[in-house]
Amino acid sequence: MKKKWRIWLDGPYLIWTAAFIIIPLLMIVYFGLTDKTGAFTWSNILQMGTPERLKALFLSLLLSLIATAICLLMAYPLALILNNMKAGATGFITTIFIIPMWMNSLLRILAWQTLLERNGVINQLLGMMHLPKLYIINTPYAIALGMIYDFLPFMLLPIYNALQKIDVNVVNAAYDLGANRFQTFWKVIFPLSLPGVISGITMVFVPALTTFVISDFLGGSKVLLIGNVIEQQFTQVGNWNVGSGLSLVLMIFILISMAIMQHYDKDTGESTTTL
Amino acid sequence: MRKILSRIYLVFIFILLYAPIAVLIILSFNNSRTRAKWGGWTLSWYASMFRDDVIMAALGNTLLIAVLSALIATILGLMASISLLAMKRKNRNIVLSLLNIPMLNAEIVTGISLMLIFIAFGQFLSRWGYMIEFGFGTVLIGHITFNIPYTVLSIMPKLRQINISTYEAALDLGASRWLAFRKVIIPDIMPGVLSGFMLAFTLSLDDFVITHFTKGPGFDTLSTKIYTEVRKGIKPEMYALSTLLFVSVLILLLIFGRGRKKQQGALIIP
Repeated sequence: MKKKWRIWLDGPYLIWTAAFIIIPLLMIVYFGLTDKTGAFTWSNILQMGTPERLKALFLSLLLSLIATAICLLMAYPLALILNNMKAGATGFITTIFIIPMWMNSLLRILAWQTLLERNGVINQLLGMMHLPKLYIINTPYAIALGMIYDFLPFMLLPIYNALQKIDVNVVNAAYDLGANRFQTFWKVIFPLSLPGVISGITMVFVPALTTFVISDFLGGSKVLLIGNVIEQQFTQVGNWNVGSGLSLVLMIFILISMAIMQHYDKDTGESTTTL
Repeated sequence: MRKILSRIYLVFIFILLYAPIAVLIILSFNNSRTRAKWGGWTLSWYASMFRDDVIMAALGNTLLIAVLSALIATILGLMASISLLAMKRKNRNIVLSLLNIPMLNAEIVTGISLMLIFIAFGQFLSRWGYMIEFGFGTVLIGHITFNIPYTVLSIMPKLRQINISTYEAALDLGASRWLAFRKVIIPDIMPGVLSGFMLAFTLSLDDFVITHFTKGPGFDTLSTKIYTEVRKGIKPEMYALSTLLFVSVLILLLIFGRGRKKQQGALIIP
């Protein structure tokens, strides 16, 4: 009797996971390693080797690493400031950082066009103050800015959560034992917040590496990222085999970043994967 | 000094986050068809958007997909959470990491993989003369798939906190399993279930990438409509509609956000 009940409970989501998570990923491997006739080939993966695609991959890696680093540098002090606020204020302030997510994300990125254009809002303001103008629209700089803007909350929230979990007594003990502010931060607070930092890094790096919307909107059609290359293979060229082969190469980098996260996540349980 | 510096920093971040939103809200009142030119204030887009069948259809699809996918993902997530709790630790970790794949994986890869499985399944069915149409159904399946891990993550912690003795006590007192579950377990985990639902709803509402790869021609949500319109210029009605949605969510948050301070984060943080 009990067994029967378990099957009805386990069945639906296990079947769902198999049908729409595991088998689809295997499909990418299958399409990536076969040609149109279904015969085995490495050629789809080697397609990544063309100069144009290598350039896109390299630029994606570069921009996503820069965006991740800047997000970390911006979000950590922010999380510290928020963490030091009174309990009532924090709820309100954290909400303020989440509210922007309720505006359509494509439109929010698009709004940066209006802000960054040659005669856009920012340049008009700079002009009024007689400052040098900023011509970064349709360049990789604008894409990096878009990434930082779009993914900053993904960095902020895990770090903030990790800081919130730190026991105040541990920090006070460090002070009692004679540590100064810097030592307390470096030896106590930062190590304890590391799980949040690591999960923040993956939460920013993976979407930044694989985006095609931000580069589409802020890079004009001049700058191609690896996400654009793959997206075009599927929606414009219609060659699923090459598209899958390129995705397999991209997945190597995603797997590396997941592995790093898993490694650091092991001793802290699964809590940090939640934002 | 420290205090002043941190205030300045907060204001800087605040401007960075809200400048685009201010731009969009102002554009929704712009009396000019292009965003490059300012033509004075108008409310006309707020009226004309309701007469635009294409935008209204996209809005309908977006909302229907969001509600349905959040509902189904919450039910599947609840089942998964309960059965995971009863599993041996090793099995649980394996299933949990498989379930979490869509959350950690790149959206483009999830989108492509779903597109490929639908194509392959369509080819398989075509031997018997059936077809898979890319559209509402495929997008719904895609959204449920990426929503499930978030609902599990909201429900699991609440389930763990439950004192199983109260459930057993209910059984001892003669309640059936189902009655005990309904009267004892469900009220305890309800906050987690609700925040899981809200999270799933939000993520679905805002999704572009998965929808882009799983939708067919002729089917659009607001996000995919915006994406195709970018080249030829966004209709100003789109700004008006997004502003309206943004403001309604804000009002809903203010109403429901009260009295559940502790939950607040979980309610809206993806």
